[in-house]
Amino acid sequence: MTARIQVPQRARRGDAVEVRIVIQHPMETGFRYDSLGRRTPRNVIHTLVCRYGGVEVFRAEMGAGIAANPFLRFFLRARDSGDVECRWVDSENVSGVASSRLSVAA
Amino acid sequence: MNPPPGVDARTINTPEGALQSILNGAPVRKGRVHLNLPQVAENGHSVGMTVRVDSPMSEADHVRQIDLIADKNPIPRVATFFLGPESGRAEIESRLRLNGSQRVTAIARLSDGSFWFDAADVTVNELACLDGG
Repeated sequence: MTARIQVPQRARRGDAVEVRIVIQHPMETGFRYDSLGRRTPRNVIHTLVCRYGGVEVFRAEMGAGIAANPFLRFFLRARDSGDVECRWVDSENVSGVASSRLSVAA
Repeated sequence: MNPPPGVDARTINTPEGALQSILNGAPVRKGRVHLNLPQVAENGHSVGMTVRVDSPMSEADHVRQIDLIADKNPIPRVATFFLGPESGRAEIESRLRLNGSQRVTAIARLSDGSFWFDAADVTVNELACLDGG
């Protein structure tokens, strides 16, 4: 799965830092039929977890009500320099990861 | 989504069932939550949504959870976001898939256990979720 994560490279301790992530994924509803009348099975990224310096700071539980190629923008508070890492998993148990380094100045 | 204990499995996929599974009988007040959606969306495949909660996001006073309910979606409970003091700011943006014109509700659970909500009505000119979506 292709994904793009955007986090500022630098921040000051205490700042609320914006994280943007977009993941290429159909978020199949399970309500669609192909040209042969076969139902396309539901397949969604149901869980996304963001860790910063190894600590969970954000979690999203999602369903087919989130648009295809899910996009999320959220915040985390800058503490120490570390990796901002998002991991996700879909209904077929396919997982992905995207991360970005955040340098924090005091 | 599996219903928590005490919630009827037959109602979990109704807006009322979804609401009950979040609140579990607790009161919910309007305020503190700001849900931003367009009044009119060309189609329901991708509708921009921003939710923001007035909160200092400190150890003592922060948002724990934000739920989104879309009344007319086959599965109304669209998403649940988990936050904490390490979030810094209680603001989330995403894009929703909406099965027609409907009301979307955002419910925030704060660290003191209180629930707050905001709602927005969206007119969708073309459906999503169903065939051809």
